[in-house]
Amino acid sequence: MYPDDLKYSKEHEWVRVDGNIAEVGITVFAQESLGDVVFVELPAAGSEVTQFEKFGEIESVKAVSDLFSPVGGKIVEVNESTADSPEVVNEEPYGSGWLIKVELSDMGQLDELMDSETYQSTLD
Amino acid sequence: MSESNENLKRTPLHQVHVDSGARMVPFGGWDMPVQYSDGIIAEVKSVRNSAGMFDVSHMGRVYFEGSGAAYFLGTILSANIPALKIGRGKYNFICNSEGGVIDDAMVYRVSDEKYLLVVNAGNYDVDLEWITPRFESAMDVMMSDVTVETAMIAVQGPKAVEILNGMTDGQASGIRRFRVGQAEMLDVNATLCRTGYTGEEGFEVIVPAGKAQELWNTLKTSGVNECGLGSRDVLRLEAGLPLHGNDLSTDTNPFEAGFGRFAYFQGENYVAANALKHFSESESTRRLVGFKMVGRGIPRAGLNILSVTDPDKKIGEVTSGTHSPTVDAAIGLGYVDQNSAEIGTRILIDVRGRQVEAEIVELPFYRRQ
Repeated sequence: MYPDDLKYSKEHEWVRVDGNIAEVGITVFAQESLGDVVFVELPAAGSEVTQFEKFGEIESVKAVSDLFSPVGGKIVEVNESTADSPEVVNEEPYGSGWLIKVELSDMGQLDELMDSETYQSTLD
Repeated sequence: MSESNENLKRTPLHQVHVDSGARMVPFGGWDMPVQYSDGIIAEVKSVRNSAGMFDVSHMGRVYFEGSGAAYFLGTILSANIPALKIGRGKYNFICNSEGGVIDDAMVYRVSDEKYLLVVNAGNYDVDLEWITPRFESAMDVMMSDVTVETAMIAVQGPKAVEILNGMTDGQASGIRRFRVGQAEMLDVNATLCRTGYTGEEGFEVIVPAGKAQELWNTLKTSGVNECGLGSRDVLRLEAGLPLHGNDLSTDTNPFEAGFGRFAYFQGENYVAANALKHFSESESTRRLVGFKMVGRGIPRAGLNILSVTDPDKKIGEVTSGTHSPTVDAAIGLGYVDQNSAEIGTRILIDVRGRQVEAEIVELPFYRRQ
């Protein structure tokens, strides 16, 4: 449910780091709490995000939630498939349901995030 | 979990919902299932394609009986009660003397001098605060509240009638649309109302509270899918049915909401007669309309509606909205200025700072074939 190779934020986003690029998505806990995702609003590639600040919105049938970026930097890619198939966020939250890729401005920010075990302990 | 669960009321099916893995939420003072594990979209599809069931035991159920029952109900409901035939039901409003909608309700004439009034859970207290003092001066009518001692399950969808026929030795299909009847079911006498809130065929079945779990489990075994309040809200919106508290309130009157045909005001000593007569004769300044999003975004209650030609000008407000899985579009209801209410008019929805185009369309969004 919460892969060991990811880092997690208390806002229920995950980060997968490859070099200085961080892939960002929402956790199983988040997608289950939301229910069926029907709309994802993401910023354009090239824009900047700040760690722990809002970068977009995600909507389920019932409600709207803000998306908070677990890391800061420049967005180098957004997952365009979430526009036509937002359900991928429910189906594969750690795979094809990723949201943005960020070029990290400060690798030290990763220290502010939790490992899988710590994150899971916050869910109990 | 802001509302303490300890103070919430529980229906006779509460444990069944919890055991089925439902997500429970506070609603109108009750702890109710908002969805089961397959999710809201799957539940909506089950009702549109097969059959789904909803625990609606939280809705208020009050009987009025006696030779003065018709007269009394005529003084508080926007329906022509003396003309209501035995076995028939009628959608109506409980209006205050200014014509504002305290609640919307169903009234059924169960037998010659006996009527059943079904009201929204969230308005149950204010309804009774409005009705009780008037009832106290009424003659020849008894009032009995069966909300706690009974359960009500709505069975909705294209297979609902067939399934209930199987459980009632064929009696269910003899009760036609918008009618009420009795049928033997699970060795008790059940009240079957051929009504619902989904735009599909179906019944709302009232049984003694002690029979609720057996009925629910029997329906489940017959292939009826468990559904929660989340899908119920989507289904009613797709069917263009209003939700009190969103699309109707004491600040709205039935005519501007487009439901003037359910606002009968010629009843003898009807409390809202003067106000409703006035609204029926005067042009409303605003109107409840349905709209579909043209641009990307989902309308939600409370968002502002702006003019396409002058985006600084607010012309209305969204009262309900969601993504509709059945019509595969974002849809909503809202009040707009009368001169912007025509079908085909383009409007803007202010989605938290993004102005997204929408078009006013005919209601309902979905009509069963």
